[in-house]
Amino acid sequence: MSLTNQRVAYGQALVDLGRENNDIVVLDADLGSSTMGRMFENEFPQRHIEVGIAEANMTSMSAGLALIGKIPFVNSFAVFASGRAFDQIRQSIAIGNVNVKIVGSSAGLSDFGDGATHQSVEDIAIMRSLPNITVLSPCDPNEAYQATIAAAKHKGPVYLRINRTDFPSVTKADAPFVIGQPVVMKEGSDVAVLATGYMVRLALEAAQSLEGKVSVKVVNIHTIKPLCQEKLLTAIGDCKAVVTAEEHSLIGGLGSAVAEALRGNPLPMEFVGINDVFGRSAHNYEELMEYFGLTSGNIEQAVLKLKVLGITKD
Amino acid sequence: MVFDKDITGHLEDKAKALRKNVVMSIGANYPGHIGGSFSAADIMAALYFHKMKHDPKNRYMPDRDRLVLSKGHIAILQYAALAEAGYFPIEELANTKKLSSFLQGHPDLIKSGEYGVEAGTGSLGQGLSIGVGMAYGLRMDNISCKVYVILGDGELAEGQVWEAAMAANTFKLDNLVAVADKNDKQAQGAVKDRFDLGGIPEKWKAFGWHVIEINGHDMADVLKGLYAADKIKGKPSVIIASTVKGKGLDIAEAHPAGMHNASLTKEQYDQAIATFGGRA
Repeated sequence: MSLTNQRVAYGQALVDLGRENNDIVVLDADLGSSTMGRMFENEFPQRHIEVGIAEANMTSMSAGLALIGKIPFVNSFAVFASGRAFDQIRQSIAIGNVNVKIVGSSAGLSDFGDGATHQSVEDIAIMRSLPNITVLSPCDPNEAYQATIAAAKHKGPVYLRINRTDFPSVTKADAPFVIGQPVVMKEGSDVAVLATGYMVRLALEAAQSLEGKVSVKVVNIHTIKPLCQEKLLTAIGDCKAVVTAEEHSLIGGLGSAVAEALRGNPLPMEFVGINDVFGRSAHNYEELMEYFGLTSGNIEQAVLKLKVLGITKD
Repeated sequence: MVFDKDITGHLEDKAKALRKNVVMSIGANYPGHIGGSFSAADIMAALYFHKMKHDPKNRYMPDRDRLVLSKGHIAILQYAALAEAGYFPIEELANTKKLSSFLQGHPDLIKSGEYGVEAGTGSLGQGLSIGVGMAYGLRMDNISCKVYVILGDGELAEGQVWEAAMAANTFKLDNLVAVADKNDKQAQGAVKDRFDLGGIPEKWKAFGWHVIEINGHDMADVLKGLYAADKIKGKPSVIIASTVKGKGLDIAEAHPAGMHNASLTKEQYDQAIATFGGRA
Protein backbone atom coordinates (compact mmCIF):
# COMPACT_ATOMS: atom_id res chain seq x y z
CA MET A 1 0.00 0.00 0.00
CA SER A 2 1.36 3.40 -0.95
CA LEU A 3 1.55 5.95 1.83
CA THR A 4 0.24 9.49 1.41
CA ASN A 5 1.64 11.40 4.38
CA GLN A 6 5.24 11.48 5.62
CA ARG A 7 4.25 11.89 9.27
CA VAL A 8 1.98 8.88 9.16
CA ALA A 9 4.61 6.91 7.26
CA TYR A 10 7.13 7.80 9.94
CA GLY A 11 4.71 6.82 12.72
CA GLN A 12 3.99 3.52 11.00
CA ALA A 13 7.71 2.84 10.63
CA LEU A 14 8.21 3.51 14.35
CA VAL A 15 5.49 1.01 15.19
CA ASP A 16 6.98 -1.60 12.86
CA LEU A 17 10.46 -0.99 14.29
CA GLY A 18 9.05 -1.21 17.81
CA ARG A 19 7.62 -4.65 17.07
CA GLU A 20 10.96 -6.10 16.09
CA ASN A 21 13.28 -4.22 18.42
CA ASN A 22 12.64 -3.65 22.13
CA ASP A 23 15.35 -1.00 22.27
CA ILE A 24 13.39 1.46 20.15
CA VAL A 25 12.11 4.28 22.39
CA VAL A 26 10.28 7.43 21.31
CA LEU A 27 10.29 10.83 23.03
CA ASP A 28 7.82 13.62 22.52
CA ALA A 29 7.47 17.12 23.94
CA ASP A 30 3.69 17.43 23.83
CA LEU A 31 3.54 17.24 20.03
CA GLY A 32 2.91 13.51 19.67
CA SER A 33 -0.31 13.88 17.71
CA SER A 34 1.54 16.07 15.20
CA THR A 35 4.80 14.16 15.00
CA MET A 36 2.87 10.86 15.03
CA GLY A 37 4.91 9.70 17.98
CA ARG A 38 1.37 9.07 19.22
CA MET A 39 1.08 6.05 16.92
CA PHE A 40 4.02 4.48 18.74
CA GLU A 41 2.67 5.56 22.12
CA ASN A 42 -0.61 3.79 21.41
CA GLU A 43 1.19 0.52 20.62
CA PHE A 44 4.02 0.70 23.12
CA PRO A 45 3.09 3.03 25.98
CA GLN A 46 5.96 1.70 28.10
CA ARG A 47 8.51 2.76 25.50
CA HIS A 48 7.10 6.16 24.73
CA ILE A 49 8.32 9.00 26.94
CA GLU A 50 6.37 12.21 27.24
CA VAL A 51 8.89 14.74 28.53
CA GLY A 52 6.66 17.77 28.74
CA ILE A 53 7.28 20.94 26.79
CA ALA A 54 11.03 20.86 27.39
CA GLU A 55 13.00 20.10 24.25
CA ALA A 56 16.44 20.78 25.71
CA ASN A 57 15.96 18.18 28.43
CA MET A 58 14.38 15.76 25.95
CA THR A 59 17.38 15.95 23.65
CA SER A 60 20.08 15.46 26.28
CA MET A 61 17.93 12.81 27.95
CA SER A 62 17.86 10.89 24.69
CA ALA A 63 21.66 10.81 24.79
CA GLY A 64 21.46 9.17 28.22
CA LEU A 65 19.01 6.59 26.91
CA ALA A 66 21.27 5.84 23.95
CA LEU A 67 24.25 5.42 26.29
CA ILE A 68 22.28 2.64 28.01
CA GLY A 69 21.77 0.96 24.61
CA LYS A 70 18.36 2.31 23.61
CA ILE A 71 17.67 3.67 20.13
CA PRO A 72 15.80 6.90 20.88
CA PHE A 73 13.74 8.75 18.29
CA VAL A 74 13.34 12.34 19.47
CA ASN A 75 10.38 14.19 18.02
CA SER A 76 9.56 17.83 17.66
CA PHE A 77 8.86 20.35 14.94
CA ALA A 78 11.98 20.78 12.82
CA VAL A 79 12.58 24.34 14.04
CA PHE A 80 12.64 23.22 17.67
CA ALA A 81 14.27 19.83 17.13
CA SER A 82 17.21 21.39 15.32
CA GLY A 83 17.16 24.94 16.61
CA ARG A 84 16.04 25.10 20.20
CA ALA A 85 17.98 21.96 21.05
CA PHE A 86 21.00 22.73 18.87
CA ASP A 87 23.49 22.91 21.72
CA GLN A 88 22.10 19.72 23.26
CA ILE A 89 22.51 17.94 19.93
CA ARG A 90 26.01 19.31 19.52
CA GLN A 91 27.26 18.67 23.05
CA SER A 92 25.32 15.67 24.32
CA ILE A 93 24.99 13.77 21.03
CA ALA A 94 27.15 14.78 18.07
CA ILE A 95 30.56 15.16 19.74
CA GLY A 96 30.21 11.71 21.27
CA ASN A 97 28.65 10.18 18.12
CA VAL A 98 25.76 9.02 20.30
CA ASN A 99 23.11 6.85 18.64
CA VAL A 100 20.13 9.25 18.75
CA LYS A 101 17.65 9.88 15.93
CA ILE A 102 16.40 13.47 15.87
CA VAL A 103 13.24 13.86 13.85
CA GLY A 104 12.38 17.31 12.56
CA SER A 105 8.66 17.16 11.85
CA SER A 106 6.54 19.79 10.07
CA ALA A 107 9.72 20.75 8.24
CA GLY A 108 10.16 23.48 5.66
CA LEU A 109 6.97 25.44 5.01
CA SER A 110 4.71 22.46 5.58
CA ASP A 111 3.26 23.89 8.79
CA PHE A 112 1.87 26.57 6.50
CA GLY A 113 -0.59 28.20 8.90
CA ASP A 114 1.74 28.71 11.87
CA GLY A 115 4.11 31.13 10.20
CA ALA A 116 7.78 31.98 10.59
CA THR A 117 8.17 30.73 14.17
CA HIS A 118 7.15 27.21 13.17
CA GLN A 119 8.54 26.90 9.65
CA SER A 120 12.10 25.60 9.30
CA VAL A 121 14.08 27.27 6.56
CA GLU A 122 17.46 26.60 8.16
CA ASP A 123 17.35 23.15 9.79
CA ILE A 124 19.35 21.40 7.08
CA ALA A 125 22.05 24.06 7.25
CA ILE A 126 22.51 23.85 10.99
CA MET A 127 22.25 20.07 11.21
CA ARG A 128 24.69 19.36 8.41
CA SER A 129 27.22 21.73 9.95
CA LEU A 130 27.70 19.26 12.80
CA PRO A 131 30.34 16.55 12.38
CA ASN A 132 29.13 12.94 12.86
CA ILE A 133 25.49 13.65 11.95
CA THR A 134 23.73 12.00 9.02
CA VAL A 135 21.04 14.22 7.50
CA LEU A 136 18.11 12.55 5.74
CA SER A 137 15.41 14.31 3.75
CA PRO A 138 13.07 11.75 2.17
CA CYS A 139 11.10 12.79 -0.90
CA ASP A 140 7.71 11.25 -0.19
CA PRO A 141 5.75 9.19 2.33
CA ASN A 142 7.01 5.82 1.08
CA GLU A 143 10.57 7.02 1.32
CA ALA A 144 9.96 8.56 4.75
CA TYR A 145 9.03 5.06 5.92
CA GLN A 146 12.19 3.57 4.43
CA ALA A 147 14.37 6.39 5.76
CA THR A 148 13.08 5.78 9.28
CA ILE A 149 13.96 2.10 9.06
CA ALA A 150 17.40 3.00 7.68
CA ALA A 151 17.95 5.58 10.43
CA ALA A 152 17.22 2.97 13.10
CA LYS A 153 19.70 0.53 11.56
CA HIS A 154 22.40 3.19 11.15
CA LYS A 155 24.75 3.48 14.14
CA GLY A 156 25.21 7.12 15.06
CA PRO A 157 23.19 10.32 15.18
CA VAL A 158 20.69 11.00 12.40
CA TYR A 159 18.58 14.05 11.64
CA LEU A 160 15.45 13.09 9.72
CA ARG A 161 13.36 15.76 8.00
CA ILE A 162 9.62 15.09 7.79
CA ASN A 163 6.95 17.06 5.90
CA ARG A 164 3.59 17.68 7.54
CA THR A 165 1.22 17.71 4.56
CA ASP A 166 -0.54 15.01 2.55
CA PHE A 167 0.91 14.21 -0.85
CA PRO A 168 1.18 11.02 -2.86
CA SER A 169 4.33 8.97 -3.13
CA VAL A 170 6.48 9.00 -6.24
CA THR A 171 8.71 6.13 -5.09
CA LYS A 172 7.60 2.54 -4.75
CA ALA A 173 6.81 1.31 -1.27
CA ASP A 174 9.54 -1.34 -1.50
CA ALA A 175 12.19 0.84 -3.15
CA PRO A 176 15.53 0.24 -1.42
CA PHE A 177 16.82 3.11 0.71
CA VAL A 178 20.59 3.32 1.01
CA ILE A 179 21.94 6.17 3.12
CA GLY A 180 24.21 8.37 1.00
CA GLN A 181 23.00 7.08 -2.34
CA PRO A 182 21.56 9.61 -4.83
CA VAL A 183 18.61 8.09 -6.67
CA VAL A 184 18.03 8.81 -10.36
CA MET A 185 14.26 9.19 -10.65
CA LYS A 186 14.19 10.08 -14.33
CA GLU A 187 16.91 9.85 -16.97
CA GLY A 188 17.98 12.88 -18.99
CA SER A 189 21.12 14.18 -20.65
CA ASP A 190 21.14 17.99 -20.57
CA VAL A 191 20.45 19.32 -17.10
CA ALA A 192 20.39 17.35 -13.86
CA VAL A 193 17.89 18.60 -11.29
CA LEU A 194 19.08 17.51 -7.86
CA ALA A 195 16.12 17.80 -5.53
CA THR A 196 15.29 16.85 -1.97
CA GLY A 197 12.09 16.30 -0.02
CA TYR A 198 8.84 17.54 -1.50
CA MET A 199 10.75 19.26 -4.34
CA VAL A 200 11.50 15.91 -5.96
CA ARG A 201 7.96 15.49 -7.21
CA LEU A 202 7.98 19.09 -8.49
CA ALA A 203 11.24 18.37 -10.29
CA LEU A 204 9.62 15.37 -11.97
CA GLU A 205 6.74 17.59 -13.10
CA ALA A 206 9.18 20.19 -14.43
CA ALA A 207 11.13 17.54 -16.33
CA GLN A 208 7.94 16.28 -17.91
CA SER A 209 6.82 19.77 -18.83
CA LEU A 210 10.17 20.46 -20.54
CA GLU A 211 10.04 17.19 -22.47
CA GLY A 212 11.08 17.83 -26.09
CA LYS A 213 12.78 21.10 -25.19
CA VAL A 214 15.37 20.10 -22.62
CA SER A 215 16.37 16.63 -21.55
CA VAL A 216 16.13 16.87 -17.77
CA LYS A 217 17.46 14.23 -15.42
CA VAL A 218 15.92 14.17 -11.94
CA VAL A 219 18.02 12.98 -9.03
CA ASN A 220 16.57 12.51 -5.57
CA ILE A 221 19.08 13.54 -2.91
CA HIS A 222 17.47 11.92 0.13
CA THR A 223 20.76 12.03 2.02
CA ILE A 224 22.05 15.57 2.37
CA LYS A 225 24.94 14.34 4.47
CA PRO A 226 27.11 12.46 3.76
CA LEU A 227 27.13 13.67 0.18
CA CYS A 228 29.85 11.86 -1.71
CA GLN A 229 31.37 13.64 -4.70
CA GLU A 230 31.92 10.44 -6.66
CA LYS A 231 28.35 9.22 -6.22
CA LEU A 232 27.04 12.66 -7.09
CA LEU A 233 29.11 12.84 -10.28
CA THR A 234 27.97 9.34 -11.24
CA ALA A 235 24.34 10.37 -10.76
CA ILE A 236 24.81 13.59 -12.77
CA GLY A 237 26.45 11.54 -15.52
CA ASP A 238 26.65 13.33 -18.87
CA CYS A 239 24.49 16.27 -17.88
CA LYS A 240 26.20 19.54 -18.48
CA ALA A 241 24.59 21.65 -15.78
CA VAL A 242 22.94 21.26 -12.40
CA VAL A 243 19.86 22.74 -10.75
CA THR A 244 19.25 22.14 -7.06
CA ALA A 245 15.76 22.35 -5.59
CA GLU A 246 14.90 22.44 -1.89
CA GLU A 247 12.25 23.66 0.51
CA HIS A 248 14.87 25.43 2.61
CA SER A 249 16.99 28.55 2.63
CA LEU A 250 19.47 28.89 -0.21
CA ILE A 251 22.08 29.45 2.50
CA GLY A 252 23.56 26.22 3.73
CA GLY A 253 21.03 23.75 2.38
CA LEU A 254 21.08 21.24 -0.46
CA GLY A 255 22.38 23.75 -3.02
CA SER A 256 25.32 24.65 -0.81
CA ALA A 257 25.98 21.00 -0.03
CA VAL A 258 26.00 20.08 -3.72
CA ALA A 259 28.25 23.03 -4.61
CA GLU A 260 30.66 21.97 -1.88
CA ALA A 261 30.59 18.34 -2.95
CA LEU A 262 31.18 19.22 -6.61
CA ARG A 263 34.13 21.50 -5.95
CA GLY A 264 36.88 20.94 -8.47
CA ASN A 265 34.30 19.90 -11.07
CA PRO A 266 32.97 23.15 -12.43
CA LEU A 267 29.42 22.64 -13.64
CA PRO A 268 27.09 25.59 -14.20
CA MET A 269 24.56 25.65 -11.35
CA GLU A 270 21.23 27.20 -10.56
CA PHE A 271 19.49 27.09 -7.21
CA VAL A 272 15.81 26.85 -6.35
CA GLY A 273 15.15 27.54 -2.68
CA ILE A 274 14.09 30.18 -0.19
CA ASN A 275 15.94 33.44 -0.65
CA ASP A 276 17.26 34.18 2.85
CA VAL A 277 13.93 35.09 4.40
CA PHE A 278 11.76 33.51 7.08
CA GLY A 279 8.45 31.88 6.27
CA ARG A 280 4.99 33.35 6.86
CA SER A 281 1.45 32.15 7.38
CA ALA A 282 -0.81 31.06 4.56
CA HIS A 283 -4.08 29.20 4.29
CA ASN A 284 -2.62 26.41 2.24
CA TYR A 285 0.71 24.81 1.48
CA GLU A 286 0.67 25.27 -2.30
CA GLU A 287 -0.02 28.98 -2.01
CA LEU A 288 2.93 29.39 0.33
CA MET A 289 5.27 27.33 -1.84
CA GLU A 290 4.31 29.49 -4.81
CA TYR A 291 4.89 32.68 -2.81
CA PHE A 292 8.45 31.58 -2.01
CA GLY A 293 9.20 30.43 -5.55
CA LEU A 294 9.08 26.71 -4.88
CA THR A 295 7.00 25.37 -7.77
CA SER A 296 7.67 23.14 -10.75
CA GLY A 297 7.52 26.33 -12.82
CA ASN A 298 10.39 27.80 -10.81
CA ILE A 299 12.42 24.68 -11.47
CA GLU A 300 11.64 24.93 -15.20
CA GLN A 301 12.80 28.56 -15.22
CA ALA A 302 16.03 27.59 -13.51
CA VAL A 303 16.65 24.88 -16.10
CA LEU A 304 15.92 27.29 -18.91
CA LYS A 305 18.27 29.87 -17.44
CA LEU A 306 21.04 27.37 -17.85
CA LYS A 307 19.88 26.82 -21.39
CA VAL A 308 20.72 30.48 -22.06
CA LEU A 309 24.30 29.58 -21.34
CA GLY A 310 24.21 27.54 -24.54
CA ILE A 311 24.61 24.26 -22.76
CA THR A 312 21.31 22.69 -23.66
CA LYS A 313 19.98 22.02 -27.12
CA ASP A 314 17.38 24.36 -28.70
CA MET B 1 25.31 5.57 60.42
CA VAL B 2 28.82 5.22 61.80
CA PHE B 3 31.74 4.51 59.50
CA ASP B 4 34.86 2.65 60.44
CA LYS B 5 37.84 4.97 60.75
CA ASP B 6 39.66 2.61 58.39
CA ILE B 7 37.16 3.44 55.66
CA THR B 8 37.06 7.19 56.15
CA GLY B 9 40.83 7.32 56.64
CA HIS B 10 41.39 5.36 53.45
CA LEU B 11 39.05 7.67 51.52
CA GLU B 12 40.70 10.76 52.97
CA ASP B 13 44.00 9.41 51.65
CA LYS B 14 42.38 8.84 48.29
CA ALA B 15 41.02 12.39 48.22
CA LYS B 16 44.52 13.65 48.92
CA ALA B 17 45.85 11.49 46.10
CA LEU B 18 43.18 12.88 43.76
CA ARG B 19 44.21 16.43 44.60
CA LYS B 20 47.81 15.50 43.88
CA ASN B 21 46.78 13.90 40.60
CA VAL B 22 44.88 17.06 39.65
CA VAL B 23 47.98 19.15 40.30
CA MET B 24 50.03 16.70 38.22
CA SER B 25 47.62 16.94 35.33
CA ILE B 26 47.69 20.73 35.34
CA GLY B 27 51.45 21.05 35.75
CA ALA B 28 53.16 24.39 36.20
CA ASN B 29 52.43 27.60 34.31
CA TYR B 30 49.39 26.23 32.49
CA PRO B 31 45.78 26.92 33.46
CA GLY B 32 43.48 24.26 34.84
CA HIS B 33 40.26 24.08 36.86
CA ILE B 34 41.80 23.66 40.27
CA GLY B 35 39.10 25.29 42.42
CA GLY B 36 36.05 23.23 41.42
CA SER B 37 38.14 20.06 41.32
CA PHE B 38 39.29 20.52 44.89
CA SER B 39 35.81 21.34 46.19
CA ALA B 40 34.49 18.06 44.75
CA ALA B 41 37.55 15.91 45.47
CA ASP B 42 36.29 14.32 48.69
CA ILE B 43 32.94 13.45 47.12
CA MET B 44 34.70 12.04 44.07
CA ALA B 45 36.94 9.90 46.28
CA ALA B 46 33.94 8.55 48.20
CA LEU B 47 32.14 7.69 44.97
CA TYR B 48 34.96 6.03 43.03
CA PHE B 49 36.72 4.31 45.92
CA HIS B 50 33.82 3.21 48.05
CA LYS B 51 30.25 3.88 47.01
CA MET B 52 30.15 3.23 43.30
CA LYS B 53 30.04 -0.24 41.81
CA HIS B 54 32.51 -0.20 38.93
CA ASP B 55 35.45 -2.20 37.67
CA PRO B 56 38.28 -0.92 35.48
CA LYS B 57 38.85 -4.50 34.31
CA ASN B 58 35.24 -4.82 33.25
CA ARG B 59 34.65 -1.29 32.04
CA TYR B 60 31.28 -1.89 30.40
CA MET B 61 29.60 -4.18 32.93
CA PRO B 62 25.91 -3.43 32.49
CA ASP B 63 25.05 -2.90 36.16
CA ARG B 64 27.90 -0.55 36.98
CA ASP B 65 27.00 2.70 38.68
CA ARG B 66 27.36 5.66 36.32
CA LEU B 67 28.94 9.01 37.07
CA VAL B 68 27.99 11.93 34.82
CA LEU B 69 30.15 14.95 35.41
CA SER B 70 27.77 17.75 34.53
CA LYS B 71 30.31 20.33 35.69
CA GLY B 72 32.54 18.98 32.94
CA HIS B 73 35.22 21.62 33.41
CA ILE B 74 36.54 19.61 36.36
CA ALA B 75 37.34 16.73 34.01
CA ILE B 76 40.81 16.65 35.57
CA LEU B 77 39.28 15.49 38.84
CA GLN B 78 37.45 12.65 37.11
CA TYR B 79 40.65 11.73 35.24
CA ALA B 80 42.49 11.84 38.57
CA ALA B 81 40.01 9.31 39.97
CA LEU B 82 39.93 7.09 36.89
CA ALA B 83 43.71 6.92 36.77
CA GLU B 84 43.90 6.26 40.50
CA ALA B 85 41.33 3.48 40.08
CA GLY B 86 43.36 1.88 37.31
CA TYR B 87 41.49 2.78 34.12
CA PHE B 88 44.73 4.12 32.64
CA PRO B 89 48.28 4.79 33.84
CA ILE B 90 48.69 7.73 36.21
CA GLU B 91 51.56 9.00 34.05
CA GLU B 92 49.04 9.87 31.33
CA LEU B 93 47.65 12.65 33.56
CA ALA B 94 50.68 14.79 32.76
CA ASN B 95 49.57 14.71 29.10
CA THR B 96 46.09 16.10 29.82
CA LYS B 97 44.95 18.51 27.08
CA LYS B 98 48.02 17.74 24.95
CA LEU B 99 47.23 17.19 21.28
CA SER B 100 48.37 13.58 21.49
CA SER B 101 46.33 12.70 24.59
CA PHE B 102 42.90 11.11 24.97
CA LEU B 103 42.39 13.32 28.02
CA GLN B 104 40.48 16.31 26.66
CA GLY B 105 39.76 19.59 28.42
CA HIS B 106 36.23 18.32 29.03
CA PRO B 107 35.00 14.69 29.27
CA ASP B 108 34.92 13.21 25.78
CA LEU B 109 33.09 9.97 25.03
CA ILE B 110 34.90 9.06 21.84
CA LYS B 111 38.41 9.69 23.12
CA SER B 112 38.02 8.69 26.76
CA GLY B 113 34.93 6.47 26.86
CA GLU B 114 36.96 3.28 27.08
CA TYR B 115 38.85 4.78 30.04
CA GLY B 116 35.74 5.31 32.13
CA VAL B 117 34.10 8.54 30.94
CA GLU B 118 30.33 7.91 30.78
CA ALA B 119 29.02 11.04 29.05
CA GLY B 120 30.23 13.99 27.05
CA THR B 121 29.76 17.13 29.09
CA GLY B 122 31.10 20.64 29.20
CA SER B 123 28.21 22.79 28.05
CA LEU B 124 26.79 23.38 31.52
CA GLY B 125 23.29 22.27 32.41
CA GLN B 126 23.06 19.15 30.27
CA GLY B 127 24.47 16.45 32.55
CA LEU B 128 21.39 16.01 34.71
CA SER B 129 19.28 15.43 31.59
CA ILE B 130 21.76 12.81 30.41
CA GLY B 131 21.55 11.22 33.85
CA VAL B 132 17.73 11.24 33.66
CA GLY B 133 17.94 9.37 30.34
CA MET B 134 20.39 6.84 31.77
CA ALA B 135 18.32 6.26 34.90
CA TYR B 136 15.17 5.88 32.82
CA GLY B 137 16.82 3.41 30.44
CA LEU B 138 18.35 1.35 33.26
CA ARG B 139 14.99 1.07 34.96
CA MET B 140 13.38 -0.04 31.70
CA ASP B 141 15.96 -2.83 31.54
CA ASN B 142 15.47 -3.74 35.23
CA ILE B 143 19.14 -3.08 35.87
CA SER B 144 19.71 -2.22 39.47
CA CYS B 145 22.35 0.48 39.86
CA LYS B 146 22.71 4.19 40.51
CA VAL B 147 23.36 7.15 38.27
CA TYR B 148 25.27 9.97 39.98
CA VAL B 149 25.37 13.41 38.42
CA ILE B 150 27.75 16.02 39.78
CA LEU B 151 26.70 19.62 39.27
CA GLY B 152 28.20 22.92 40.30
CA ASP B 153 26.17 25.51 42.17
CA GLY B 154 26.89 28.20 39.59
CA GLU B 155 25.61 25.71 37.01
CA LEU B 156 22.20 25.69 38.70
CA ALA B 157 21.46 28.96 36.87
CA GLU B 158 21.10 26.92 33.67
CA GLY B 159 17.38 26.44 32.99
CA GLN B 160 17.84 22.96 31.59
CA VAL B 161 18.83 21.71 35.05
CA TRP B 162 15.31 22.45 36.20
CA GLU B 163 13.72 20.85 33.15
CA ALA B 164 15.68 17.74 34.08
CA ALA B 165 14.72 18.10 37.73
CA MET B 166 11.04 18.17 36.80
CA ALA B 167 11.49 15.17 34.52
CA ALA B 168 13.24 13.09 37.19
CA ASN B 169 10.42 13.85 39.59
CA THR B 170 7.73 13.05 37.04
CA PHE B 171 9.44 9.75 36.23
CA LYS B 172 10.07 8.97 39.93
CA LEU B 173 13.70 8.11 39.25
CA ASP B 174 14.95 6.86 42.60
CA ASN B 175 18.02 5.40 40.88
CA LEU B 176 19.21 8.94 40.15
CA VAL B 177 21.27 10.97 42.60
CA ALA B 178 22.35 14.52 41.89
CA VAL B 179 25.26 15.92 43.83
CA ALA B 180 25.41 19.71 43.93
CA ASP B 181 28.92 20.86 44.76
CA LYS B 182 27.92 24.05 46.56
CA ASN B 183 31.26 25.83 46.78
CA ASP B 184 29.55 29.25 46.59
CA LYS B 185 31.84 30.51 43.86
CA GLN B 186 31.59 30.73 40.10
CA ALA B 187 34.15 31.86 37.55
CA GLN B 188 33.65 35.58 38.16
CA GLY B 189 33.36 35.48 41.92
CA ALA B 190 30.90 34.60 44.68
CA VAL B 191 27.69 33.05 43.33
CA LYS B 192 25.55 35.20 45.65
CA ASP B 193 27.16 38.42 44.44
CA ARG B 194 27.25 37.57 40.75
CA PHE B 195 23.83 35.96 40.36
CA ASP B 196 21.80 35.08 43.41
CA LEU B 197 20.31 31.62 43.05
CA GLY B 198 18.16 31.99 46.13
CA GLY B 199 17.41 28.98 48.29
CA ILE B 200 18.97 25.95 46.70
CA PRO B 201 17.52 23.23 48.99
CA GLU B 202 14.10 24.90 48.78
CA LYS B 203 14.24 24.84 45.00
CA TRP B 204 15.03 21.11 44.83
CA LYS B 205 12.32 20.36 47.37
CA ALA B 206 9.82 22.37 45.34
CA PHE B 207 10.81 20.29 42.31
CA GLY B 208 9.91 17.12 44.18
CA TRP B 209 13.37 15.90 45.13
CA HIS B 210 14.51 14.42 48.40
CA VAL B 211 17.16 16.79 49.71
CA ILE B 212 20.18 15.70 51.73
CA GLU B 213 22.56 18.36 53.00
CA ILE B 214 26.12 17.46 53.91
CA ASN B 215 29.53 18.89 54.60
CA GLY B 216 31.33 17.92 51.40
CA HIS B 217 34.70 17.76 53.10
CA ASP B 218 33.75 15.55 56.03
CA MET B 219 34.18 12.02 54.73
CA ALA B 220 31.83 10.43 57.23
CA ASP B 221 29.18 13.00 56.33
CA VAL B 222 29.75 12.42 52.61
CA LEU B 223 29.27 8.68 53.05
CA LYS B 224 26.25 9.21 55.24
CA GLY B 225 24.67 11.35 52.52
CA LEU B 226 25.39 8.84 49.77
CA TYR B 227 23.91 5.97 51.77
CA ALA B 228 20.92 8.05 52.80
CA ALA B 229 20.09 8.54 49.12
CA ASP B 230 19.93 4.73 48.67
CA LYS B 231 17.05 4.54 51.10
CA ILE B 232 14.81 7.00 49.24
CA LYS B 233 12.22 5.28 47.08
CA GLY B 234 9.88 6.74 44.49
CA LYS B 235 11.71 10.02 43.98
CA PRO B 236 15.18 11.27 43.05
CA SER B 237 17.61 12.54 45.66
CA VAL B 238 19.94 15.48 45.61
CA ILE B 239 22.92 15.77 47.91
CA ILE B 240 23.75 19.40 48.47
CA ALA B 241 27.35 19.43 49.55
CA SER B 242 28.65 22.54 51.26
CA THR B 243 32.21 22.82 50.07
CA VAL B 244 35.09 25.25 49.78
CA LYS B 245 36.32 26.07 46.33
CA GLY B 246 40.01 25.22 46.14
CA LYS B 247 39.79 23.16 49.34
CA GLY B 248 43.16 21.98 50.53
CA LEU B 249 45.32 24.53 48.77
CA ASP B 250 45.72 27.78 50.70
CA ILE B 251 46.23 30.05 47.70
CA ALA B 252 43.13 28.60 46.02
CA GLU B 253 40.95 28.89 49.10
CA ALA B 254 41.98 32.53 49.48
CA HIS B 255 41.37 33.40 45.83
CA PRO B 256 38.12 35.37 45.14
CA ALA B 257 37.01 32.75 42.58
CA GLY B 258 38.76 29.87 44.33
CA MET B 259 41.28 29.62 41.45
CA HIS B 260 38.49 28.66 39.07
CA ASN B 261 40.73 28.15 36.06
CA ALA B 262 44.18 29.18 37.11
CA SER B 263 47.81 28.23 36.73
CA LEU B 264 50.44 27.47 39.34
CA THR B 265 53.94 28.83 39.23
CA LYS B 266 56.69 26.21 39.38
CA GLU B 267 57.18 27.04 43.04
CA GLN B 268 53.46 26.78 43.79
CA TYR B 269 53.31 23.52 41.86
CA ASP B 270 56.17 21.98 43.86
CA GLN B 271 54.56 23.14 47.06
CA ALA B 272 51.18 21.71 46.09
CA ILE B 273 52.69 18.35 45.18
CA ALA B 274 54.47 18.33 48.54
CA THR B 275 51.19 19.20 50.31
CA PHE B 276 49.31 16.32 48.74
CA GLY B 277 52.22 13.99 48.12
CA GLY B 278 52.32 12.29 51.51
CA ARG B 279 50.81 9.26 49.89
CA ALA B 280 50.60 8.18 46.29
